[in-house]
Amino acid sequence: MTTTTHIPAGTEPPAPVRKRGERGPLASLGLHLTLLIASVVAVFPPLWLLVTSFKPKTDAFDTSLVKDFTLGNYSHVMRDTDFLSWLQNSLIVVGLTTLIGVFISATTGYAVSRFRFPGMRPLMWMLLLTQMFPVAVLIVPLYNLLADLGLLNQPIGLVVTYLTVAVPFCAWMMKGYFDGIPVEIDEAGRVDGLNPFGTFWRLVLPLARPGLAVTAFYTFITGWAEVAYASAFMTGEENLTLAGGLQTFVNQYTSDWGALTAAAVIIAIPASIVFGLVARHLVSGLTAGATKS
Amino acid sequence: MAVETSQSVTKAADTPGARGRGHRTDHKTPKTPGRLRRALATHWYAWSMIAPVVIVIGVIIGYPLGRGIWLSFTDANEANVERTIGVNHIPATYEYVGLDNYQAILSDGLFWDRLGWTVLWTVSCVALSFALGLVLAVMLNRAFKGRTLYRTALILPWAVPAFVSVFTWRLLFNERSGLFNELLTGAGLDRISWLNDPTWAKISVITVNVWVGVPFMLIALLGGLQSIPGELYEAAEMDGASPWQRFRHITLPGLRSVSSTVILLSTIWTFNMFPVIFLLTRGGPGDATEILVTYAYRLSFVISPRDYSTSAAWGVLILFLLALVTAAYRRALRKQGDTW
Repeated sequence: MTTTTHIPAGTEPPAPVRKRGERGPLASLGLHLTLLIASVVAVFPPLWLLVTSFKPKTDAFDTSLVKDFTLGNYSHVMRDTDFLSWLQNSLIVVGLTTLIGVFISATTGYAVSRFRFPGMRPLMWMLLLTQMFPVAVLIVPLYNLLADLGLLNQPIGLVVTYLTVAVPFCAWMMKGYFDGIPVEIDEAGRVDGLNPFGTFWRLVLPLARPGLAVTAFYTFITGWAEVAYASAFMTGEENLTLAGGLQTFVNQYTSDWGALTAAAVIIAIPASIVFGLVARHLVSGLTAGATKS
Repeated sequence: MAVETSQSVTKAADTPGARGRGHRTDHKTPKTPGRLRRALATHWYAWSMIAPVVIVIGVIIGYPLGRGIWLSFTDANEANVERTIGVNHIPATYEYVGLDNYQAILSDGLFWDRLGWTVLWTVSCVALSFALGLVLAVMLNRAFKGRTLYRTALILPWAVPAFVSVFTWRLLFNERSGLFNELLTGAGLDRISWLNDPTWAKISVITVNVWVGVPFMLIALLGGLQSIPGELYEAAEMDGASPWQRFRHITLPGLRSVSSTVILLSTIWTFNMFPVIFLLTRGGPGDATEILVTYAYRLSFVISPRDYSTSAAWGVLILFLLALVTAAYRRALRKQGDTW
């Protein structure tokens, strides 16, 4: 493990004089080779899924590459299912979850990172404890609760549920990122007459963009891929989310790998697009050099 | 109000504790009658910032959690809970049985067997995915050609919903016609029953879970790496620090806050990782890959009659174990100067 970390940093061969960030040819090769292998491992299963989705149903387990190319699986999914309403439901639920989730976890993370207040420890513990109780055991009482509140079959019911899944992590994560932003920035804002909310909103939040990007993507993917809650709380085919709808393929057509793979590909595409949008913000180290400390 | 607020920000910001290190500073609440009002005046902004989260989680998790804990002290099962059959409404008839459920579980070897495997599963998954994620994140955190491409490729497993990728892995692992076995026989080797041999099944589920988990680690750590000021590395290089020293003394401490969070959370998640095991092996063969959570699920959804109380008791035990681990972990971190 440690040797691989060494290589990109350019330890070997014992260099003559090399400028910062430059690598020897050997180190460069090692870097690319490692990343290449890792990428292949990462990409292969989804790629195989893609390949399988173009095969006729009966060939799903065939290990050769596509013999009879077909789009039949896709047209089946698009035409014979409630695909479009699933997509719409998913977009509403996930969009709301992401917006609300990122915002409230950012405020919470900021409060926990910058202030010492009574109730902080219980809060941190509460956020963790909610992750510890198994969903499998939680799901029945939660169903009853949502039924009492009249939130079954409502997008908002799923939104609040997903918030409880995503927010604890996001709040913790945002605390971590805020901890890394120098307090001097807050002080500067205060000197300029901003109140704590202003400091948070105008100064610190823009600097935490990499953290926001991570939490936004996490919240998105949580809602986008969640199955258990979605299929338990949303009854009726047309109310399901994409992932929940996809699950019905597995039940209805247990052998229908073709439709399943096609639907899976369609689901993965928007997720990849969102990631593409978010990835830009992951790159720039915005906090680097913001203050001299 | 505004004066009060800004004063106490000054206080919070000026103390060394304000950045999450050092000691708690605001613990001495005055014991005068106006105490609550004073506390409110000092902390209202912090409290209003956390309020939405507290309300949502308190309502949506608090009630079901409380009810789960209550069920674990009863003998509730499918036959005696409140239910409606046709037009008849049958009230609940289960009753309080104290610690009987816990006693039964803890005196049964099954629990300890499952716990052993769950711990092994959690430790190996978290360790492997953290190590791989860290190595890849460090590699990706430098400028070179094709970086975006690699990064996109490495994140891809995350963009695919977990249960979809688990099904893909099942295609690949399939004993008769899966790709892996085709390759093995192609190379003149014996087929491996990836999911039907107890040992191979364990290795397979860990492999898939690491595959699912690495992108998350990678992204979280990459975000952390991005926020380490580049000047630190320059300064260290000026002072003649070797790459290993720079990694050890700048990168790792810089990642501390982020990595302690992701390790803690992924430990909790992996301990409770339901989809990967359930969809890949259903806990089998036999119960070789059954972890505590899948067993709790089996009790309340699969077996008949559904045993809600025992399932809830397993849930509470899981919660208790994880809380213990967390407390120990936080203690260790606090010794190194972290607070909360």
